[in-house]
Amino acid sequence: MLSVSNLECVRGDRSLFAGLNFSLAAGTLLAVRGANGSGKTSLLRILCGLLPPANGTITWNGTDIAEAGEEFRRNLAYLGHLNSLKDELSAVENLRLSLQVAGIAGDTQQLLAALEWSGLRERRHQACGSLSQGQRRRVALARLWLSRAQTLWILDEPFTALDVASVERTRILLETHLAAGGIVALTTHQDVAVAAPATHTVEFAP
Amino acid sequence: MSGPGLLASVCAVIERELRIALRRRSDVMTSLIFFVIVVSLFPLGVGADPALLRTLGPGVVWVAALLACMLALARLFAADHADGTLEQLSLAPQPLMLLVLAKTTAHWLTTGLPLVVVAPLLGLQFDLGSEPLLVLIASLLLGTPTLSLIGAIGAALTLGLRGGGALLALLILPLYIPVLIFGAGAVEAVAAGLGAGAHLSLLAALFLGTLAFAPWATALALRISME
Repeated sequence: MLSVSNLECVRGDRSLFAGLNFSLAAGTLLAVRGANGSGKTSLLRILCGLLPPANGTITWNGTDIAEAGEEFRRNLAYLGHLNSLKDELSAVENLRLSLQVAGIAGDTQQLLAALEWSGLRERRHQACGSLSQGQRRRVALARLWLSRAQTLWILDEPFTALDVASVERTRILLETHLAAGGIVALTTHQDVAVAAPATHTVEFAP
Repeated sequence: MSGPGLLASVCAVIERELRIALRRRSDVMTSLIFFVIVVSLFPLGVGADPALLRTLGPGVVWVAALLACMLALARLFAADHADGTLEQLSLAPQPLMLLVLAKTTAHWLTTGLPLVVVAPLLGLQFDLGSEPLLVLIASLLLGTPTLSLIGAIGAALTLGLRGGGALLALLILPLYIPVLIFGAGAVEAVAAGLGAGAHLSLLAALFLGTLAFAPWATALALRISME
């Protein structure tokens, strides 16, 4: 359970949002909407602890996320604007090493299954620098597919650059995770209807 | 997080850096070639007087090593910052400090260690005897990791800044002075017939001190740079 109370974010000398309160129980989808620059990414970065809030607290199962530290981060999968892929490494190397850094066990079979899922199995030994934007996003999503043990998914524009089939696949992945009791916090400009046991929407005024 | 999990993460960071270095050899070669050329220019510039070269040698090799380490520092976190890997590192369950230490270790393996390996060859140009050469290797082995550790703090502080390279040099070079003094001093002492033990012990102490403190400071600076 992720709870946010009285959250305020200030960037530069401008307050992006203030007095934000919500609780995300198991199976809840947090949909963050708003125009460019309205604070969606900042909210997600605050939720995962990359950005300290100007005000307010965020708790994970009752403990402040700064104090929960390792325990919180072990339950977290974050996908930002950037795919965090190394251009020099192949898709399979990128996946294996980034999962190992995050302390997630993934054997070769699982890595192959993840790349199969994202439709990149044939290109698994190609350097990521030579993949297209959409394909790179799909490698990043394959990492998410392997992060099913992590409860809380924080996803910043996960559907960017994806083709129709990949958007559909990702939507099903998110729905499966939510149905299994996961929590997903998501920003998107695309009109993708993710069905969830419970949905909480945060709408930012431009 | 259990011990093996922690070790696996640290190894994964090092493996990733080494694989990238292997595929971008030009980056590794740049600082090494810089080192070789700078050191080789001195005998050409000051003339071939063996006594003069013997006096200059240790200092020249050490100053060039310092500058070569500096040259590679800007790259330490820049790519990770640009492609989002740094965010993932700081969100990993393991303490960022340890992952930073792993990155710094990989950085030393790809920049510091090659300098140590070629230094004896360059020392020959300065007519250094076998004992001073051995001490030169020992002092570089003890000193260059300290350079990488201190440099990581500067690289983290100047991450994403415009003109970060110049600022990095201003920040870090003064902190390199003790390593330079004791590193070059060790070789000079043994060439003068005194033992190098004291200098090497101080270099080792500097290394252990920075090893305890630098990763923590680097992790803190990285978190601030990422906000």
